[in-house]
Amino acid sequence: MYQLPVLPDGRLEQRIKDYKPAYSPGEAVTEANRCLYCVDAPCVKACPTGIDIPNFIHKISTANVAGAARTILKENLLGTSCARVCPVEVLCVGACVYNAWGREPIAIGRLQRFATETAIASQGLAKLVTAKKAPTGKKVALVGAGPASVAAAGLLALEGHRAVIFEKKAVPGGLNTLGIAPYKQSANQALEEIRHVLALGDVELKAGVEVVAGAAGAGQASGESLLKDYDAVFLGLGLGPDSALGASGEQGAGVYGAVELIERIKVDPKLVLNGVKRAVVVGGGNTAIDIAHELKLLGVADVAMVYRRGEQDMSGYAHELTHARKHGVRLVEQRVVTAFTRGADGKLTGLTMARAENGKPVAGEPEALSCELVALAIGQATGTAVAKAFPGVQVEKGSVVVDPKTQRTGHPKVWSGGDCVNGGKEVVNAVQEAKLAVRDMLRALGGK
Amino acid sequence: MADLSIDFCGIKSPNPFWLASAPPTNSGPQVMRAFDAGWGGAVWKTLGDPITNVTSRFWAHDYGSTRMMGLNNIELITDRPLEVNLKEMYEVKKRYPKHTVIASLMVESRENWREIIKKAEDTGCDGLELNFGCPHGMCERGMGSAVGQEPKVLEEITRWVLEDAKTPVIVKLTPNTGDILEPGEAAAKAGAPALSLINTIKSLLGVDLDRFVPNPRVGGKSTNGGYCGPAVKPIALHMLAQLTRNPATKHLAISGIGGISNWRDAAEFIALGATSVQVCTAVMHYGYRIVEDMIEGLSDYLDSKGMKSVNELRGRAVPAYAEWGELDLNYNLKARINAETCIGCNLCHVACMDGAHQCILIPGRTHEEHVKAGHTHIPSSIPEVPVKAAGAIGRFVPVVDDAECVGCNLCHLVCPVPGTIAMTEVPGAIGKSETWNDRVAQGRDLNPGSLQSTLAKRGLAK
Repeated sequence: MYQLPVLPDGRLEQRIKDYKPAYSPGEAVTEANRCLYCVDAPCVKACPTGIDIPNFIHKISTANVAGAARTILKENLLGTSCARVCPVEVLCVGACVYNAWGREPIAIGRLQRFATETAIASQGLAKLVTAKKAPTGKKVALVGAGPASVAAAGLLALEGHRAVIFEKKAVPGGLNTLGIAPYKQSANQALEEIRHVLALGDVELKAGVEVVAGAAGAGQASGESLLKDYDAVFLGLGLGPDSALGASGEQGAGVYGAVELIERIKVDPKLVLNGVKRAVVVGGGNTAIDIAHELKLLGVADVAMVYRRGEQDMSGYAHELTHARKHGVRLVEQRVVTAFTRGADGKLTGLTMARAENGKPVAGEPEALSCELVALAIGQATGTAVAKAFPGVQVEKGSVVVDPKTQRTGHPKVWSGGDCVNGGKEVVNAVQEAKLAVRDMLRALGGK
Repeated sequence: MADLSIDFCGIKSPNPFWLASAPPTNSGPQVMRAFDAGWGGAVWKTLGDPITNVTSRFWAHDYGSTRMMGLNNIELITDRPLEVNLKEMYEVKKRYPKHTVIASLMVESRENWREIIKKAEDTGCDGLELNFGCPHGMCERGMGSAVGQEPKVLEEITRWVLEDAKTPVIVKLTPNTGDILEPGEAAAKAGAPALSLINTIKSLLGVDLDRFVPNPRVGGKSTNGGYCGPAVKPIALHMLAQLTRNPATKHLAISGIGGISNWRDAAEFIALGATSVQVCTAVMHYGYRIVEDMIEGLSDYLDSKGMKSVNELRGRAVPAYAEWGELDLNYNLKARINAETCIGCNLCHVACMDGAHQCILIPGRTHEEHVKAGHTHIPSSIPEVPVKAAGAIGRFVPVVDDAECVGCNLCHLVCPVPGTIAMTEVPGAIGKSETWNDRVAQGRDLNPGSLQSTLAKRGLAK
């Protein structure tokens, strides 16, 4: 059986503390007792996976923790991750009726975390979800081991199908393992959840195997072979590498893609930030806020986010920016990075910026900003090139096209979900799309 | 400022707030601290033959995050030497001559009663309370509620006491009886000038589901205890009002006991005819300090009602405590939901659907969805008024279907936002006041559709 990788100690992530620590049973019951137990509750409507939130909170209040976990996991197999990483402030918690009454909304994420973590630790995931059905002899290939594929594989396994996940990286879990800010979830926490999903049934994880569009070389599998050897294929391709600015001096040490840097903070013990006193993060999205916040928590004295528009235009969540600012991250608005400056030894010394209006640089004196590290968080390329291997699968603007009700692509044996379809959303969206895809696959596979 | 002082069958007290005979009145230092905090009187922890107590003794009934809604105890009467208690009572009375000190007594034989009455009264106490109420331990030895449950025995012992006592005698009643009037009238017949009630209710507070032993647990066993605290207040109010409207007992001074935690509770007991009130659980929970709010709150309340003294409040609600047959069948209420303050939780809807008359609809649903939800009458117009509160986009204020609403109050009671669901009086269906007793008197006491009326229609009823 496949062994999940053991992450070495000495990773920077391990220095960052949980900012919403797990509730004790007493804390959970006290918070659960505050819940009004609404009917047609707005929190449920705000949850992409439609978890019956008032119901699971009520169960926590009576110490029926396993029942609470069942209610959560029934709708969201990765309910443990989602409890930690969901932007609840703009989803369930943001919809809580207490907001309308000027009272502190219920801490739904923390209650969900309490229920899932407690119940899974005591009896394992398998005992908290529907019993696994007898083997069907059918098998499904899942490309990419991000949350969409992991959730889909788990659900397929419970139906008695064989699920085989192909992942090109050594560490599975996609951004849920490698891209979540450490103060929300550690890589080991994400891997622990995958361990439980793999144990649900006949799930195989082929890590270090890349699915390619053309002929397969060593450590590769061709898309064509998947179509031939499997009864169905799920594409959970995620996104591609970090985008670059294309400014002079960008290539070389000291300038990182934000996603790449976060991944290294989480899993690479070789990454050190020695000598980095000042860091600049370019961008205004959630990845930008995350990496800025992480750098600050790792002890970088000055962390500036440089954004080409104003704060109100940022796609990053306001509550995340507030947290980051509380820890000292500063925001430089209406600036475009025009070049990176390096010393004679090639070492990064800073960057120059132009003032911007409507996101575009305008004439004027360039401004200099000294720094030893830059993280570019200006988006990710798409990673859907492999879709070509599946005839009929449409790709538009880099995203796989699906029927949103079924997640079915233009190929009758191929479904898709997660960031490669939605362009980059939350783990909870990936899980919901996986759920819809599996529901439709079951019909096609002749399940119930 | 209203006058809070009372005259309780001759016992003068600076205010109606007394501590009940219980752990808060266990010792002299405690009672003196209580008097310093503002309590007007204290009924000393019951004196009697020495006993031995067990560990543990209390357990509580919580509801949600509300601690100690109800409290249960298996503690017996005082376990301190009688002479120590008597000495401390004497000292307290000497240092606080204007405060009320009542000796609570529980012994068995006539001789014992005679002896303990003498000793108690020698301390200078203001009165005696006969503990005929304790429902655990002592009753197994033929005392406490064993007496309160036998009106004849209660009457006889009360007579003994009245023969010997020089100070006013208060008979403390147990609620563990079918009809509180029986022991109440027995005490009146014996000539007692006063009652106090209720003592605790016989109870098992809960079960330890790992050990399979009820709580509170004494090793591997438990026993039934006495239940008190906020949860028992409605039972106490009912028994109090039974006695204060009853011709044979309404002349008695009554000290009301049972879940009194604040001035509002106290005012309700007084409005139903209590002269003083006794408090225990709330003090065991929060301490003597709660009396400050009780004094201030009651005083301000009396002022706001234009009452010059607490005596003006006493019994004000007794006449309105009627029999069911005297209630007006024409009186009619409808629920009205305030769209300005509704937060859209829909708790009124679910309570009405499953616990009442299916008359609160959630707008925005299709006719079929209303039917599926369980509505049998669907109004032609269900206005979609948005919940105003920010963030409640797409939520509508629930709609009350007047045709089905029976004005039961349930939605008003479950609504979490105070003042959002009002019960509004509307014209009644009969058109004039009419009670069931009126109908009985007129021979119209048949409900349409009842077996009796069906038989009558067919000429088969006599």
